[in-house]
Amino acid sequence: MRRTTLIAMGAIVALAGTAGAQDDADALKVGMITTLSGGGAGLGQDTRDGFMLAVEQADRDDLEIVIEDDQRKPDVAVQISDRMIQQEEVDILTGIVWSNLAMAVVPGALARDKFYLSTNAAPAQLAGRGCDPNYFSVSYQNDNLHEAAGAYASQEGYENTFIMAPNYPAGQDSLTGFKRLYEGDLAGEVFTQLGQTDYAAEIAQIRASDADSVFFFLPGGMGISFLKQYADSGLDLPVVGPAFSFDQGILQAVGAAALGVRNTSQWSKDIDNQANRDFVESFEAEYGRLPSLYAAQGFDTANLLISAMDAASIDDPDAFREALRAADFDSVRGDFSFASNQHPIQDIYVREVIEEDGVFTNKIVATALEDHANAYVDECEM
Amino acid sequence: MALLIEQVLNGVQSGVMLFLMAAGLTLIFGVMGLINLAHGSLYMVGAFAAAAVASATGSFLLALVAALAAAAAAGALVEVLVIRRLYARDHLDQVLATFALILIFSEGVRWIFGSFPLFLDIPAALSGPVMLGPITYSKYRLALIGIGLVVALGLFWLTQRTRIGVQIRAGEADREMIAALGVDIGRLYTFVFALGAALAGLAGALVGAIQSVQVGMGEPVLILAFVVIVIGGIGSIKGALVGALLVGLTDTLGGVALPAALSLVMDLSAAQATGAALAQVGIYVLMAAILFWRPRGLYGHG
Repeated sequence: MRRTTLIAMGAIVALAGTAGAQDDADALKVGMITTLSGGGAGLGQDTRDGFMLAVEQADRDDLEIVIEDDQRKPDVAVQISDRMIQQEEVDILTGIVWSNLAMAVVPGALARDKFYLSTNAAPAQLAGRGCDPNYFSVSYQNDNLHEAAGAYASQEGYENTFIMAPNYPAGQDSLTGFKRLYEGDLAGEVFTQLGQTDYAAEIAQIRASDADSVFFFLPGGMGISFLKQYADSGLDLPVVGPAFSFDQGILQAVGAAALGVRNTSQWSKDIDNQANRDFVESFEAEYGRLPSLYAAQGFDTANLLISAMDAASIDDPDAFREALRAADFDSVRGDFSFASNQHPIQDIYVREVIEEDGVFTNKIVATALEDHANAYVDECEM
Repeated sequence: MALLIEQVLNGVQSGVMLFLMAAGLTLIFGVMGLINLAHGSLYMVGAFAAAAVASATGSFLLALVAALAAAAAAGALVEVLVIRRLYARDHLDQVLATFALILIFSEGVRWIFGSFPLFLDIPAALSGPVMLGPITYSKYRLALIGIGLVVALGLFWLTQRTRIGVQIRAGEADREMIAALGVDIGRLYTFVFALGAALAGLAGALVGAIQSVQVGMGEPVLILAFVVIVIGGIGSIKGALVGALLVGLTDTLGGVALPAALSLVMDLSAAQATGAALAQVGIYVLMAAILFWRPRGLYGHG
């Protein structure tokens, strides 16, 4: 079992040795539960590294972070959250990458009056009727990037798109999200198996259909497999998808097969603002690699938290909540505010995969949606 | 029609790759009576070795050689250090120990190569499509079918026509007797294990070029490979080949045909979701049906 405890300032350690009671009652304690081992570890690592970069830059002695690995398993995540809440007495939980883990952990944490700041997962259940005053999503609402892909497909004049996603809740939400803002017809609609590695059958279906474009949501390894096989199949229909299959962490594994593919994201390393330039530069200097979407989300989450700490104390939850709601921090995404259900209102961009100095990465080519919130705002009553 | 032929080729291609995994698994199960859950890890070792060598040398052929060598070496090492102690134990102990091996291999590979997937590409000579009459098909996938069939022939020759093959088959039938006849059973076991591991590593490298090379890539294939050897009959190479083709075809065609058939009676979205869900259980229904008909699998003994 991996356990990393990072204390923002060494001074606390020195104090703890002398008087036992001096357990720094004023420090705000954050429990980060994220995936650091197994197949999805890259995403959790980036989340952690982005978050910790902001924490280190703030250099505060009243902020303490506890990090644990959920192994991408809901039961493990629940155990960790119970321990963090009961023994570690954390004030705020954060870090979960996957929606099914978030659904296992978040409602329980909220019921015990903890804050949860989401660095990534933002299922519809927590945005609509299940919204909560202590739950904030700093990343997006899960449907957002798919909606943006649908809007972009219409803007590009695609009229017969073949759409595809794995057969699990996030996959079904993805196709629903795409169809919400897409105006054309569907050449085909296919659900693949979760974890599927071979897409020959689907590629044959695309070939046989009279599609003029392809939309797919296949996160992680599934997307790598599909793109390599698609590039090898000789098909050359334009492909569009959400950022998850084109993120910095996996682009190198897809290689040239991804070049030219359009993908939607609320962040890109070339968004032109000072906060983002500083973030990309300092992340690269600290970790020796380019930051990903997940790193940017972790970084923003930590900065939102720190901005709230400047304005209010966690001991006054109402004031602290108001301070979070104000979102008074320099987001790497530029303009950032919360909708009434505490999910972001933000621009969503279209990026194109390019090769730059021998590294595959993304550059912004269009804006798909401006100041976009989410479809669940009206269902949320707080 | 072209679509159907293309899908059949896809099924055959996924079947022969499954065969490479299942052949080793069935030999190890048949000869040593060992349930090796870590077989998928050897597949992963092959893929990572291939990706590392391909990026260092740029040669796909060298990458394949490296995959074979690395997986065989890892297999032999594991057999000598761990597996050897498990032959006399019951299956539960074997499952526990080989499950531990999965975790050790996964975290070991992650420790060496990091958490992000690696890049392994199709060799230039085999990339792109080829026209087969009316059908456009991937050259590389055709090559995979060819390689799989050649390996299958080689294995038949090895088990049926060579001295070591006689020993392997004798080991399946009666291990005390062949030990009494002076065959070094320990060495035979190490050889069989390394051979099985090498086949898994080869499959990992070949498939890695069109899929993603990442930690944990072997486990989904492992489950299918177990289904294959149960269908084919444990210990039978022929059974593994027939079983693998059956599973490959069922898996591929089921995923296409079921949603299409259901869309005649319900709307597209619902048909897709239901059809995809049904297709996932298709191979298990196949397995149950075959076991009902032949409880020891298609070519099982006794």
